[in-house]
Amino acid sequence: MSAGADPSATNPVLVPPHTEVGAPIVRITALRKSFGDNEVLKGIDLDVMRGEVVAVIGKSGSGKSTLLRCINGLEAFQEGSLTVDGKPLLHESAQAMRELRQRVGMIFQSFNLFPHLSVGRNVMLAPRLVKKRRPDENEARARQLLDRVGLAEKFDAMPDQLSGGQQQRVAIARALAMDPAVLLCDEITSALDPELVGEVLRVVESLAEDGMTLLMVTHEMGFARKVADRVIFMHQGRVHESGPPDSIFGAPRTPELKQFLSSLHE
Amino acid sequence: MRVALDFWPVLAQWPLLLEGAAWTLGLTAVATLLGSSVGVACAWARVSGPWALRVPAAAYVELIRNTPFIVQLFFVFFGLPAAGIRLTPLTASILAMTINLGAYATEIVRAGIQATPRGQIEAAESLALTRLQVFVHIVLPPALKRVWPALTSQIIIVMLGSAVCGQISMEELSHAANLIQSRNFRAFEAYILATLVYLGLAILVRRVLHWAGQRFVFGS
Amino acid sequence: MVEFTLWDILRNLLLAARWTVVLSLIAFAGGGAVGLVLLVLRLTGNRVADAAIGAYVQLFQGTPLLMQLFLLYFGIALFGVETSPWMAACVALILYASAYLTEIWRGCVAAVPRGQWEASASLALGFGQQLAHVVLPQALRIAVPPTVGFLVQVVKGTALASVIGFVELTKAGGMIANVTYEPLLVYGCVALIYFALCFPISLYAGSLERKLHVGRR
Repeated sequence: MSAGADPSATNPVLVPPHTEVGAPIVRITALRKSFGDNEVLKGIDLDVMRGEVVAVIGKSGSGKSTLLRCINGLEAFQEGSLTVDGKPLLHESAQAMRELRQRVGMIFQSFNLFPHLSVGRNVMLAPRLVKKRRPDENEARARQLLDRVGLAEKFDAMPDQLSGGQQQRVAIARALAMDPAVLLCDEITSALDPELVGEVLRVVESLAEDGMTLLMVTHEMGFARKVADRVIFMHQGRVHESGPPDSIFGAPRTPELKQFLSSLHE
Repeated sequence: MRVALDFWPVLAQWPLLLEGAAWTLGLTAVATLLGSSVGVACAWARVSGPWALRVPAAAYVELIRNTPFIVQLFFVFFGLPAAGIRLTPLTASILAMTINLGAYATEIVRAGIQATPRGQIEAAESLALTRLQVFVHIVLPPALKRVWPALTSQIIIVMLGSAVCGQISMEELSHAANLIQSRNFRAFEAYILATLVYLGLAILVRRVLHWAGQRFVFGS
Repeated sequence: MVEFTLWDILRNLLLAARWTVVLSLIAFAGGGAVGLVLLVLRLTGNRVADAAIGAYVQLFQGTPLLMQLFLLYFGIALFGVETSPWMAACVALILYASAYLTEIWRGCVAAVPRGQWEASASLALGFGQQLAHVVLPQALRIAVPPTVGFLVQVVKGTALASVIGFVELTKAGGMIANVTYEPLLVYGCVALIYFALCFPISLYAGSLERKLHVGRR
């Protein structure tokens, strides 16, 4: 790598997005989404700034996962607009879809590693196919990212030889290999045994510290409170309340949020 | 180039098609009853019968499943007379279809039997039921229920396979189509219509067996 | 009257069995190719393609193979093309095999978890890349045993080509039975040759199936 004036020289693992620091990197305007007659997102407006860490909380069925899945086009929405790092989401155009998805990384609750590929190949597949990255460069990058999530020695392991926490960390490395501008995390610790949650959250936390833009749906309220810059409480398909973690958790204003928070302690 | 199709000469012969369809259904009904019985008996033999029965049952199943139905039919109709067994087209058709369905039904029913939870059998045995009673009353009904869809599919396969019986002058549906085309030389039209009737019969039989399964086989 | 030894009968049957094997391989390979194209068309999510291919599968699975052979035999002639039993049998068996194989494989693709599609989509892979690198390799693993098993169906299906006059094992059996007056022996031999062809394939498919289940645990 010869890029002398690499702006991310302090942290060579993450590649900076196009958007300026402090400018909105995800812009969601008046987004509506229905499954048949059931409207699950009833007009969402949300800007996420570059480098911001946003936690989305709410009951199941509040639309929080659907919102996340709309951002990289896994769900089609009926109304509204959405751009990521300057790329608009256009469902009809496969090309635009692929452009956008290169800016958005996604981590799933169930890891979704490709079981027929080794850990290294899981990480290298998309950069090879989509970004046409050179093999040597691709492998060096994959090793670097696996090292970053603490799994350098697992390069040749198969996914089913790993614990859930390790698999999820590979999934994070796999998403990072595409140099996303934003990382979406959809309840990424919900499928893990309690003792494995910590190792995954520590990786996410270190990404946040390095300036990664994160949008995460989570049930880990302690983690949200500690890491998030902003917390969004979703209720019945709308952003019901949002603000810095201290005010959301410390001084909830709406009865719905109060009830939601108290239900967590039962 | 023009393709001129004329279905009227064939449609005018509809009583022949109807009669053929009735024979096809009749053959299928008889073969279903007999073949399923053979299947249940051989499945029992393969799972809990004595060795002297297990081996022949297994050989029967593999031999039939790995040879074409048309060869089985010709063996029965053309071959057996050489051994002094002379059969009419009707009995030869029924015999071949029964033997064929029986082999597949054996494997299907066996899979259903082997899925019986061990505890069910132990519970029944501890109530002093005989082995036969356990099989008939405890093991078989839920086993049939489990495999009813697979059995239904196999019955339809056998029905469609019975088109071959026309080759030994059994007057079923395909034979009717052949008869019609020999009268009016509308071969393509005759076979199209006969094929559509088969498709209708396949859908009908699936519906009827699905309904019968829920109504009679498992109670409700 | 000419005397026929058992060896004469067997030799002639085995010579004819070559055509059974050739026809089976053509039907299986051709059916596989057509079936794969249909599978991919179906997976693109185009409603019209999906419905049309669904009807195609229904048609071939819901009607006798014998009728399909007749229809092709007389149907190709309608278009003014000189048809032979050989050509009609090849086309009919290829279509028949394609309908079954595409349906078998669709089931295998459906068994690949949705998360695999989603994960590969979220990594910006295109549809073809998702299929080639993520979904089909996983589907292939489960598809092999039933696909090998279906080969037995194809071999048995070729016997029906005898009815439209294609001289393969069954047809040859009929002809030899007529000249030897030994139908029991001849059809017995015919059955045994089919068994010798099919049983090893069945065994192999069964062992693949068992291996797959062990591997999954």
